[in-house]
Amino acid sequence: MTATAAPVLEKPAQRNTMWSRVSAALWRRPWTRATILLTPPLAWFVLIYLASLAVLLITAFWQINPFTTNIERVWSLNNFTAIFTSPAYRAIILRTVGMAAAVTVVDAAVAFPFAYFMARIASPRTRTALFVAILLPLWASYLAKVYSWLVIFTRGGILDWASGKIGLGQVHLLYTNWAVFTVFCYLWLPFMIIPVYAALERIPASQIEASQDLGGRTWRTTRLVLLPLALPGIVAGSIFTFSLTLGDYITPLLVGGTSAEFIGNVIYTNIGIANNVPFAAAMACIPIAIMAIYLLGARALGAFEAI
Amino acid sequence: MMTTWARISPRPMKIALGLAVAAIVAAGCGSSGSSASSGATSSSQGTGTGTTGLTVPTANLPVLKKVGAGEGQLNLIAWSGYLDPKWVKPFEQQTGCQVNAKYANTSDEMVALMKDGGGGQYDMVSSSGDADLRILYASWKQFFPAFQSPPFNTINGVHYGVSLQWGPNVLMYNTKDFPAAPPSWDVIYNPKYKGQVTVPDNPIQIADAALYLKTHNPSLGITDPYELTQPQFQAAVSLLAGQRPLIEKYWDLASQEIFDFKNGNAIVGAGWPYQVSALEADKFPIGSEVPSEGATGWADTWMLAAKAPHPNCAYMWMQYISTPKVQAEQAITYGETPDNSLACGYMDQMQPGSCAQYHANAPLSYLSTIALWKTPIATCDNGKPDCVPYAEWVSAWNTQVK
Repeated sequence: MTATAAPVLEKPAQRNTMWSRVSAALWRRPWTRATILLTPPLAWFVLIYLASLAVLLITAFWQINPFTTNIERVWSLNNFTAIFTSPAYRAIILRTVGMAAAVTVVDAAVAFPFAYFMARIASPRTRTALFVAILLPLWASYLAKVYSWLVIFTRGGILDWASGKIGLGQVHLLYTNWAVFTVFCYLWLPFMIIPVYAALERIPASQIEASQDLGGRTWRTTRLVLLPLALPGIVAGSIFTFSLTLGDYITPLLVGGTSAEFIGNVIYTNIGIANNVPFAAAMACIPIAIMAIYLLGARALGAFEAI
Repeated sequence: MMTTWARISPRPMKIALGLAVAAIVAAGCGSSGSSASSGATSSSQGTGTGTTGLTVPTANLPVLKKVGAGEGQLNLIAWSGYLDPKWVKPFEQQTGCQVNAKYANTSDEMVALMKDGGGGQYDMVSSSGDADLRILYASWKQFFPAFQSPPFNTINGVHYGVSLQWGPNVLMYNTKDFPAAPPSWDVIYNPKYKGQVTVPDNPIQIADAALYLKTHNPSLGITDPYELTQPQFQAAVSLLAGQRPLIEKYWDLASQEIFDFKNGNAIVGAGWPYQVSALEADKFPIGSEVPSEGATGWADTWMLAAKAPHPNCAYMWMQYISTPKVQAEQAITYGETPDNSLACGYMDQMQPGSCAQYHANAPLSYLSTIALWKTPIATCDNGKPDCVPYAEWVSAWNTQVK
């Protein structure tokens, strides 16, 4: 072995490029780094989403010229007065909130046992199959699903045939609020099952065992241990079902009848047909206010802890 | 690192938010995005019967003197059934203008679409109401005189569109349930047919009620169903409110009415000849007629947008759609009456007897039984400002009838 000089470890040349200077500066200032990273998505969200929403809502305080239907920037509360003093619009708002609440309660009741089975009882294979079953309808188009219900509910359709067979006679559910209610429950069920599943999966089995050791039978354990722990998941799912029902107009339009006027329908007819954008904007403020209250309540109940 | 992020996250968020909010304030102080700056395209609506002292903002726009080469595209707003491939494809092949169709269900939607985005998106609209528009030429000389310069598209001698076709809002009935044609509109107000009636979801339906009351309640003194004083208006609205328990569905889309008749959800109602043709094509036992009280109807016009992006293609379309053969095709497919007097021969060639069926050869007497749609405005024809304007029709329809 020839004696070679010990390798000299050279310090790598410090390249004083612009990039290395910027990189060093950023490393030293974590706040600047975070600001630069956050500004683009935040700007997109605020400028394109929130700003356009704000501009639309400002329109709620304006009026339209009744003849030309052009918007006149005359500030007034007329639109809101018109909504709150008219018994028809008050009824529409109450009907919408009632429908949203009913859909939420029923979906929660249906989703809970289903999610419990998926989370704690089903084998991994069954669980996967059930997941696919729940998520597959989400891949189908909204309209395709609603139209299929139209075909099911129509006079002389599958539902009437089935109810006739079991002796109930023809039920004629199409163009009633029962039809609207059923379709809403069907459409939003996956959105309720998944958060509830996530919440239930997280509960350690030891807590249920401990509750049983302390003498709690099925119902007591469910009521005092499971439900409170799963409540954040239920509330998170209910945000979806409630808000989606609050604003929907296509399902009432297609399967609803003469008493299926909801907030979304009023907004739709006022923007597209009557060209009364200020009034539609005023109407749109109502579900926004309702959802703001709902979300504050949901936060108090701990729905956002898991996020 | 995690704790570092946890410590620093509030402040950059606030800075970024601050920047963004400043941007909103700047944007909000500027012009509102939803204000209709398209005053040029559609401000004056509805001078249904001649001049009422309104000036049309685009009355003095320069007119295209010569039709040049096509632009390759044509954006049209149309009623369902007006852009059947049967006549659109030959047009596309002949002129190279690809037709992009946007379907609307009411005249109001058409106005709203035309105004969208300042008015430069669509070239033409087949509306039944008024809008500010221009025309140069078509097979115009062959048109029936009543449709050459009708008051709904010609104001002060200036043409804003070319008349297309016209037709009534007919009474449709299932011939199995009504072996004989019902002689009067009272069948849709009869509690006997509760839950089996369907009418359009359109505030202009108040005019249909007014037309019914013109015959059945002469003490109200209704002469023009679109010009109603408050008492006449209230009577029509009450009639419709009373009709509501009988209605199975207020149809928004023509396809909904076709579906309802086919499945037996409705057995009688008001509709367009388009639905009747579609059901007849499916061999469904449907009948239709204009009852003794007359009917409301529509006379459509292809209106040209003031800011049309493809004006040459638009003029070529106007020319094409007014020719006798194409008018005949559309009349038979949709079930309406063509404005071109020479269409009759072609109609009988395509479908024997259709010329007489759609009254293409004797339009004037038939036309007098139809009260054509026009926008109700506050000034009645006699000059008094007593009449109820359309905005009130819309709000009454939404709050009192539905």
